[in-house]
Amino acid sequence: MLKQYETVFIATPVLSDAQMKEAVAKYTGLITENGGEIVYEEDWGLKQLAYPIQHKTSGFYYLIEFKADPEFVANLEIQYKRDERILRFLTVALDKDAIAYAEHRREMRAAKKAAPAPAAEEAPAKKEEVEDVEEYDVEPIENKED
Amino acid sequence: MANAENSAIRYLNPPTVEVRKKKYCRFKKAGIKYVDYKDAEFLKKFLNEQGKILPRRITGTSLKFQRKVAQAVKRARSLALLPYVTDLLK
Repeated sequence: MLKQYETVFIATPVLSDAQMKEAVAKYTGLITENGGEIVYEEDWGLKQLAYPIQHKTSGFYYLIEFKADPEFVANLEIQYKRDERILRFLTVALDKDAIAYAEHRREMRAAKKAAPAPAAEEAPAKKEEVEDVEEYDVEPIENKED
Repeated sequence: MANAENSAIRYLNPPTVEVRKKKYCRFKKAGIKYVDYKDAEFLKKFLNEQGKILPRRITGTSLKFQRKVAQAVKRARSLALLPYVTDLLK
């Protein structure tokens, strides 16, 4: 049975665009060849790392959501480990809440990207949610910290 | 014979009794079910300035979600989205 996973990898910043595409193609190809299916891909682009990895301070982040056989994941990770272009990777199995969240996140992103006007409608809705959450805790946390 | 008024303790200034706001779990309140490790900005609310995870007694998070937050923070750290150690995170 196929299970849903999500994998993020960080590639070295020295890669050119073409090389990065090739690296992505390698892993998406690997997934589809082994009877998996790609659900979603997301390119985060060049991001600053929170701490240096292999003496590098930035890296290309790439997110792939996919469905695959559980046994395949170990295989994928071996490929990551063998690949010198990959600085770091993380593969996570998604449970039902995570899948719901991922879908929601995707919709939000699509809405934001597709049209700025409809995004404006949705963005405040999302913001409210976030603000709601933000408001309370920040202060008590800081007070106690001092 | 002490009369009632004299025996009662009198204060010059009324004593300030601190009224504590009851803590609550923000995840339960907002109906969030999944804590995303990719959202570093959100996770920063659960960290102190050195990047350490804040205890439940300060944030008020329920045990169920504290575990999830901890898991998410650790994942974010391994992906270099959050630092393991730092100063002045905020």
